[in-house]
Amino acid sequence: MSEFLSDQGVSAALKVRNLDFYYGNFKGLKSVSMDIAEKKVTAFIGPSGCGKSTLLRTFNRMYDLYPGQRAEGEIIFHGSNTLDKGYDLNLLRARVGMVFQKPTPFPMSIYENIAFGVRLYENLSRADMDNRVQWALEQAALWTEAKDKLHQSGLSLSGGQQQRLCIARGVAVKPDVLLLDEPTSALDPISTAKIEELVFELKSSYTIAIVTHNMQQAARVSDYTAYMYLGELMEFGVTDELFMKPKRKETEDYITGRFG
Amino acid sequence: MDRRYQKRKLVNSLSTLLSGLAVCIGLLGLIWILATLFIKGIPAMNWAFFTESTPAPGSEGGGMANAIVGSLLIVGLTTIVSTPIGILAGIYLAEFGDRSKVASVTRFVTDIMLSAPSIVIGLFVYALFVATTKHFSGWSGSLALALIAVPVVVRTTENMLKLVPGSLREAAFALGMPRWRVSLDVCLRAVKGGVITGVLLAIARITGETAPLLFTALNNQFFTWNMNQPMANLPVTIFNFAMSPYENWQELAWGASALIAILVLMLNIVARIAFREKTQS
Repeated sequence: MSEFLSDQGVSAALKVRNLDFYYGNFKGLKSVSMDIAEKKVTAFIGPSGCGKSTLLRTFNRMYDLYPGQRAEGEIIFHGSNTLDKGYDLNLLRARVGMVFQKPTPFPMSIYENIAFGVRLYENLSRADMDNRVQWALEQAALWTEAKDKLHQSGLSLSGGQQQRLCIARGVAVKPDVLLLDEPTSALDPISTAKIEELVFELKSSYTIAIVTHNMQQAARVSDYTAYMYLGELMEFGVTDELFMKPKRKETEDYITGRFG
Repeated sequence: MDRRYQKRKLVNSLSTLLSGLAVCIGLLGLIWILATLFIKGIPAMNWAFFTESTPAPGSEGGGMANAIVGSLLIVGLTTIVSTPIGILAGIYLAEFGDRSKVASVTRFVTDIMLSAPSIVIGLFVYALFVATTKHFSGWSGSLALALIAVPVVVRTTENMLKLVPGSLREAAFALGMPRWRVSLDVCLRAVKGGVITGVLLAIARITGETAPLLFTALNNQFFTWNMNQPMANLPVTIFNFAMSPYENWQELAWGASALIAILVLMLNIVARIAFREKTQS
């Protein structure tokens, strides 16, 4: 069996090759190579500090905001290496959206929260924008709750609703890839269930990469799972296989709860 | 055990009493000042006070119209000029410069300016601007006040922006937003209330400044809209009139003092409301 999904006939949205990542002198990722399958959900699990969030943040080059952090290697997206010096970061981030651990609505109305990102890249008429906002909110399963208060502050929503608003905001710009960095760790079980359902539905249109501390969640929502430890990709494969019969002892220890 | 508890209760009531007393002393001073100002000042605020210009020495009546308009013009111009400069510089310090050399020098200079005696600033503008143009003017008054207001706005803007959580900034960048839009449309908007408060407090501060205007706007007995001339203004007029031997001048000074106190009080109240609304939502 060949090493990469792309060699097995699975089309890959992102191809990571020999990726090293540094926080100053500390090496956060050690030669990670893997494919993120297109229109599938890939979950990243592993103990705190293993580099899963770090890896996710290289996909949209979020680390670029912080001096002293750098990545070496390749991340191929639509045929070019996003780690190249001249790569247009704003364009990359418009196509690779991200939702964070804590809900981060902008200090503006629900409608504006969504329209704001869209306006950066598209010039829509009022009616088209209304449609786009509705569409995004429907995608994020928030429309029925929010349709009567579109012009209220995004901060007036509950935590779970705020997180879905952030997903709607990410979806509204029609990215190819959606990165979810522990999107449910600050939410109650009901909101968590809603977001998980949402992830399941969104994968028909988007490539999704999700970092989670919750192994049941990884098992429930993902098609592929990557287990990381101390900056290395320990094991990567189809979720069911990885959870049923992991190839490595370390993976088994982690998912059975003997460690981590 | 019981004795220790009794002792603690005693210490507690004693410290409550002492801090209550301290508050009373502080409040007493404030209320005393305000009461004196209002008792002596309010009666002076009649129709003529707002409509007539300052009287010549020895003549009866008169008002503060020229000083009120002068103060409004000088403070208004200062606000218009220093608000954008201060906010933009604050944004630079918090969002762009961060740890750069330029930023740390700017921060240092701003801090010095914040604590610089206002009379020094007045003299500085006198030497630089008034001496060069060879006459006192409203413009130079505004310039001196701007030197006091800008650092206040810079520092509050920067401190407010520093309170914006990194996650909000990251979320904006994650949408592919360019840096300037992240700063202006997301971060600045998130702390709007605090920044407005900073501006209002800066206005409140410069409204009462006397020393910088003594050497710059000076005073003018006549009513004028022309900022190229020496300009009457409330603080300097109060300074002159309060020390004069004429009773009607002294009364006018009381009225003007009360007027400034009321303006500053109102600005502070508005600032508090603006800030409270923001922090609640």
